[in-house]
Amino acid sequence: MTEQLLFWVFAILTCGGAVAVVATQNVVRMAFWLVVSLGSVAALFFLLHADFLGAAQLLIYVGGTVVLLVFGVMLTASGHTIKVQASPAEVMLGSGVGLVLLFVLLFGINSVDWADVSARIPAAGDSPAVVDETQDRHLREQLASATTPEEKAAAEEAIQAVHARRQAGRTVRQLGLSFYGLRPDRDLNQPAGQSLAAGYLLPFEIISIHLLVVLIGAAYLARAKRRATSGPGVDL
Amino acid sequence: MNGPLAVLTLENFLSNLLKFAGNSETVALIAFLLAAVIHASLLLGLFGGLPVFYIWLERKVAGRIQDRLGPTRVGGKFGWLQTIADGIKLIQKEDLIPRDADSVVFRMAPYLAGIASFAAFMVLPVADGWIGVAAECGAFLILALMSLEVLGIILAGYSSGSKWALFGAMREAAQMVSYEIPMAICALIPLLIAGSLNLQVVSQMQTGGVWNWFIFHDPFAFLAFFCYFTTATASVKRAPFDLAEAESELVAGFHTEYSGFRWSIFFLAEYASMFAVSGIAVLLFLGGWETGIVIPEAVFGGLRSWMPNTPVAGFNLGGYVANLLAAHVFVIKASLLVTLQIWVRWTLPRLRIDQVMTTCLKYLVPISCFLFLGAVFWPLIVTSAKGRPVLFGPPVKSVASVATPSAPSSTIAQNRSEVVR
Repeated sequence: MTEQLLFWVFAILTCGGAVAVVATQNVVRMAFWLVVSLGSVAALFFLLHADFLGAAQLLIYVGGTVVLLVFGVMLTASGHTIKVQASPAEVMLGSGVGLVLLFVLLFGINSVDWADVSARIPAAGDSPAVVDETQDRHLREQLASATTPEEKAAAEEAIQAVHARRQAGRTVRQLGLSFYGLRPDRDLNQPAGQSLAAGYLLPFEIISIHLLVVLIGAAYLARAKRRATSGPGVDL
Repeated sequence: MNGPLAVLTLENFLSNLLKFAGNSETVALIAFLLAAVIHASLLLGLFGGLPVFYIWLERKVAGRIQDRLGPTRVGGKFGWLQTIADGIKLIQKEDLIPRDADSVVFRMAPYLAGIASFAAFMVLPVADGWIGVAAECGAFLILALMSLEVLGIILAGYSSGSKWALFGAMREAAQMVSYEIPMAICALIPLLIAGSLNLQVVSQMQTGGVWNWFIFHDPFAFLAFFCYFTTATASVKRAPFDLAEAESELVAGFHTEYSGFRWSIFFLAEYASMFAVSGIAVLLFLGGWETGIVIPEAVFGGLRSWMPNTPVAGFNLGGYVANLLAAHVFVIKASLLVTLQIWVRWTLPRLRIDQVMTTCLKYLVPISCFLFLGAVFWPLIVTSAKGRPVLFGPPVKSVASVATPSAPSSTIAQNRSEVVR
């Protein structure tokens, strides 16, 4: 119930912030509303127990992109450019692109087999915040006092189940493994001899090198232009 | 019975306490709300209380370094209540908003900085299992949250409608964006040694004596601590890196136009962030909440396994007492690092902005990259030379036992001490 309430709060903040970004005409206020919107998206990720994704959202979008945006505005803006006023043609174009994107997203959401996905989601109430230490201790006592192998196996299985529930939302290890091509969610039960997935390390590296190239290129284009030398060896 | 990842949460404790009150769903909800309120107010107390002490300390240390006495009158001989008196004075001041300022952003900016600084406290563990939000990627999350504080400062400087504030904000933005890189790389080195992003696990792996602290793990980690501390000092804009508020050039930098309560929120955020970065340094390099001396650690371990029967199911009284002491150890360690920051501030002159950027981009970034590579290759080199991956202490083999969420910390401590013997 609490999660439902929080979901609605952050969902409204996300959408409201996004609308406010479009509606305001002051660039700095736009940046502020962008912070609200992107930060609420991060909060939604935290609500879904995707901690790593939420932290990445905060670091990259709120802490990185918006800071660079405001920084860029501060360096370039001079009085009249602070206000952004869209011409009717721009409004038409923007809303057209927005509608197309909306349709793409709707189709994407429609094409997901939600029954299959919801079958894999742990049951409601199994939030990692609720760690049942008492149950764990009880099970351990059972394990210690178990005499027959069947009892022992049952107790161990129950402990495993408790731990699996605790692991819900702790995605860092799985993410790290899937970078190397080990997909804990799908590969481990495959027959021996079948090759593992390709892993995300190479695409990740390609993207990061690409971003580095873009960064250096932008710095090169935006550097302070020097005039050509007026004479041999005289650099102005 | 405190596992590295899982402990009896406050929520569970309260719901066990309220068990005899009937309907379980209502109990769970009440327990959740109570737990949220208690957590938030404890953190808020830490967030608000520590800066009060640090501001007094700053004035006192600055006075001593400059051959003065510092505050002496308010609240007795040592001026204990000076910060409180300052705070009362600040609250009484008029809340000024300049005519040229963008009033909405100008009003919101201090809160943005304050919230970002406070959010870092949520994922900062102060003792085994004593943490507001136990996230597995805690180290990553806390660095992400600390990087948000700059946004409030930039917006404050920009919306002030003053050139001094604008210059201060621009310097701050350039400085923060640059210093985040070496800071993250240096913080990565102990995380690499630990093999975990969980600050609690990282801290627990350093139990069992000073030689287990990650600062003494290898020469690269040793240097990385100093590199981290330098960048952390810069990232909380302390002198010699306090270009954003260089009072000799920019009046007061980004907070030139602020007064009263909003100004004091900026100050609160700054001092709280000093504690947060020092706390991260303590957790990553300096053994977290352990004293590092063998006998007290053994006492702590004994206390943790001492579980007298309490009326509340699952409540570990010995662990609670041990955690209370450990939290004090942690706060004292972090406060020593804050004192170091204050000492540096009043000793070194301020750098110029170009020197600040040169220090970061031409020196600290290459140094941290080199240290990171060295820390990666160190286990391989030592293993081929000595046959074990570390010089002193137990090999990091026991990571496996730490990483399992079920392993109680007392067993880990036992394992560790056995290996040491």
